[in-house]
Amino acid sequence: MILIWLILILFIGGVAAWLAGGVNSKAPRVVALITVLIDLLLFLSYCSGLDLSTAINAGDLAGSNVWIVQFMAPWIPQFGINFLFAMDGVTLTLNLLTLFLGVVAIFAAWSEIDQKTGFFYFNLLWVLAGVIGVFTALDLFLFFFFWEVMLIPMYLLIAVWGHEKKEYAALKFFIFTQVSGLLMLLSILALVSINYQQTGVISFSYMDLLGTQTDSDVGMWIMLGFFVAFVVKLPGVPLHNWLPDAHTQAPTAGSVILAGVLLKTGAYGLLRFIFPLFPEAATAFAPIAMTLGVISVLYGAKLAFAQYDMKRLIAYTSISHMGFILIGVFAWNTLALQGAVMQMLAHGVSSAALFALAGGLQHRLHTRDLREMGGFWTIVPRTGAIALFFLIAALGLPGLGNFVGESMVLFGAFIASPTVAVFATIGVIFAPVYALKVAQDAFQGETNSRFDVSGKLTDLAPHELLMMGSMIAVLVVMGLYPQPLIDTLAPAIDSMHQLAQAQISVIGR
Amino acid sequence: MNLTTGDILALLPIILVTATSVVVMLMIAFKRNHSLTALLTVAGLAAAAFAGMNQLGQPSLQVTPLLVIDQYSGFFNLVILSTSIAVAIFCHGYFDKREGLPEELYILLLTTTLGAQVMVSANHFVSFFLGLEILGISLFALIAYPVTTLTKSGLPLEAASKYLVLSGVSTGFLAFGMALIYASSGAMSLVDFKVALSSSGLEYYAVGGIAMMVAGLAFKLSLVPFHMWTPDVYQGAPAPITAFVATVSKAAVLAFLLRAFALLDAYQYESVVFVIVALAMASMLVGNLLALLQTNVKRILAYSSIAHLGYIMVAFLAAGSSDLKSDVAPQLLAVEAVAYYIVAYIVTTLAGFGIISLFSSAGAAPDETRDFDQIDDYEGLFWTHPWLASVFTVTLLSLAGIPLTIGFIGKFYILAAGVHNAMWSLLFVLVVGSGIGLFYYLRLIIVMARNADGAVAPASGSNLSLPSGGRWVIGVLALLIVWLGVNPSPLIDFIRAMAQTMG
Repeated sequence: MILIWLILILFIGGVAAWLAGGVNSKAPRVVALITVLIDLLLFLSYCSGLDLSTAINAGDLAGSNVWIVQFMAPWIPQFGINFLFAMDGVTLTLNLLTLFLGVVAIFAAWSEIDQKTGFFYFNLLWVLAGVIGVFTALDLFLFFFFWEVMLIPMYLLIAVWGHEKKEYAALKFFIFTQVSGLLMLLSILALVSINYQQTGVISFSYMDLLGTQTDSDVGMWIMLGFFVAFVVKLPGVPLHNWLPDAHTQAPTAGSVILAGVLLKTGAYGLLRFIFPLFPEAATAFAPIAMTLGVISVLYGAKLAFAQYDMKRLIAYTSISHMGFILIGVFAWNTLALQGAVMQMLAHGVSSAALFALAGGLQHRLHTRDLREMGGFWTIVPRTGAIALFFLIAALGLPGLGNFVGESMVLFGAFIASPTVAVFATIGVIFAPVYALKVAQDAFQGETNSRFDVSGKLTDLAPHELLMMGSMIAVLVVMGLYPQPLIDTLAPAIDSMHQLAQAQISVIGR
Repeated sequence: MNLTTGDILALLPIILVTATSVVVMLMIAFKRNHSLTALLTVAGLAAAAFAGMNQLGQPSLQVTPLLVIDQYSGFFNLVILSTSIAVAIFCHGYFDKREGLPEELYILLLTTTLGAQVMVSANHFVSFFLGLEILGISLFALIAYPVTTLTKSGLPLEAASKYLVLSGVSTGFLAFGMALIYASSGAMSLVDFKVALSSSGLEYYAVGGIAMMVAGLAFKLSLVPFHMWTPDVYQGAPAPITAFVATVSKAAVLAFLLRAFALLDAYQYESVVFVIVALAMASMLVGNLLALLQTNVKRILAYSSIAHLGYIMVAFLAAGSSDLKSDVAPQLLAVEAVAYYIVAYIVTTLAGFGIISLFSSAGAAPDETRDFDQIDDYEGLFWTHPWLASVFTVTLLSLAGIPLTIGFIGKFYILAAGVHNAMWSLLFVLVVGSGIGLFYYLRLIIVMARNADGAVAPASGSNLSLPSGGRWVIGVLALLIVWLGVNPSPLIDFIRAMAQTMG
């Protein structure tokens, strides 16, 4: 039930925020904040009551013990479609990330959004609800349903409150994700159809579909349908090109949600569906996917270095960092998988923080152009220090969360393919180049006289400091003591891994 | 031939609509009252729908050699009657404050409905032809109806002439096709034709006949390349009538086509199937591509309806390819898919044109000589008419096939039927077409969400000038779109029961 409540509260809160907008333009943000906080606290109190250690020794093949909580109710029985929600360790951490970044996004929008506030927070909360739905839905139809549900509000966030080229960017974002989503729907239907022919039962349930035997050709095509949808969302080269526009044009809160959680739905999909459902096809495809991952890492880093637009630069770094996740998933050993999830969490926090900072600067300066910035450290020292922290986190400094994720991925990838690991490591060398470029261009050097006028550029407000402080704390804890997180993730990842391995050995025989 | 009581009861929906048209005509002769006329029309249609609902559970019945009353016809009957009720209410709001005499419109509306009713019950070429002509001729008059009030633009007259000529041509094709079939098999009834087909196979005459019939029907369904009339007629006709053209006339033709194909098992003839595949692909691509170029909302919806008919044809084709497996499940699935998509398409299209006709009603439109159909008219609608704009957004999303709407379930159904029958090339075109479709649906949504220049703050009074009856209908349609999109089970059950009796 808890999973239903998580989603329902956000849906209802969204409507309430919209209605509150009719009363007072400042009311919606309070309603939204309260909604997300209730959700977060509810979830935290639920999680604190869990004894995760019982689940740790699970990892049996059926995967029944892996699920911490399940919910099922019939929806469209004629097609075997159910409201099937379930949560394991991976879902749990991603849900926490989503709600946490939800609060961050609301803070980021707090003073920036002053038009049509009710509708804005409605969309924001519905995106969050859709994302949590994607993370928890285990009926493939339901999964697709939420996959699309989170699109429209995100589209509106960009199209209505975005910057100068918002309509173009929003359209591009929508069409990329929608068309690839339709391909995924075709794949889902094909998989269900094959399963129906084998078992005589129509079911969209993940657990039922796990055992579907697909012969290699068909399996490859179906797998590619999923792969394309997820890689568009991830995004990986060559399907990345909606992302820089969407990120650049979105309002700050939109960028935070987009980078922080929306991209993670693609990564989550890769992790949850590709190998467990199509172990054979995925194994055969892994070298290509990992190569794409390496290309994403290097190409993203190179393009990031070439940008002058601060948000665009950070967007390209996202492509680079998400490439590690692609590598991690397709290396398909527990070390790499855990690294991939750690990277999802750490990148979620660090990129969200960077976008919040960039958005804050843009809100104050009305420009994102790095060439016009410079010497801000003396004017806004707190912003400078915090920005430097997150830039360094993003480049993978040991002791912070991103380092744990990236290094685990690289270790895991080395087992699977040393070549891939070697080339991906070059990306880690590129990272400081673009990260420090931002720090130097914006915060060090000569102060641009245009912004020297006192008052225009103000330092972080208390609520912003609070938000940044909590994100710093998360990254530090993740970096210094990641073990509890790894323990939470382990059973889920072990079982996924064994599941796929078992299937491969069945086929191999 | 004697009619039994059972026959008359079975024909009751058709008889009631006919009677209503006579009563309405007489009443106008004695007293002209627009609201009363509209009310009587709606009451007559509702009574017919009620009568139709009562006989839904009955076994199928051949009434005269011309008509068959079964679950299938009963289902489409209900759909058509409900649509006509909605259109009648929209018409009332649209014509109420205009100059001219609006009362006779309802007679025509009733006779078009009658034609559609005959078509969905037809299993004989003659009855189908009769129905088609009753529908077509009344519709032609309906399209030209406001020529007295909207003379300045002259669009309705142009549209009506186009419709008359092209519809006449397509009817010619149809009649010639029927003649050829009769020449080859001596049959006018579908059942007899099937017998003749199975004994002698498909002769050249029959191939020619079927080809001409398919061309004629493709005209009516506005499948590419027989679509030329659609945008002009949609644009020129008054908005509520456009809603009727886009929904009822399409659904009735499609219902007959599906019945004929299933009965004749025409899917076994590769040449016929090939032609329909080509028509479907062309409709999906051309419809969506040309919609991109439009700046008139009615034309956008016209091209979008061309594309949607193409999507329906995908499911239609899936109904035939059951030869792979012995089980009948795929065929049923496809018939269900067609029926569900028709319902989805009708509900959504009605809502779309309904909103246009609401804003076009006298006293609300910015320009009395044309409908509220320029894309610029919609700028900032979100902030001036938030509720109606939200409904319009939901409608567009439903047309685009986004979840939470009935259009998504419809598209899901079609995809499921297509995947089940492994029609990959058609499905690929469908995905591409939907992708293109997003452009213009979203463009409309963006326009509505834009800040209009000098837009006044949304005042609660700004809706007051819009006709209230139409607003209620829009509300019901919006609820249907969302409710059947979230909870499609009841409708699926209903349609499945219908499809099973047909198989």
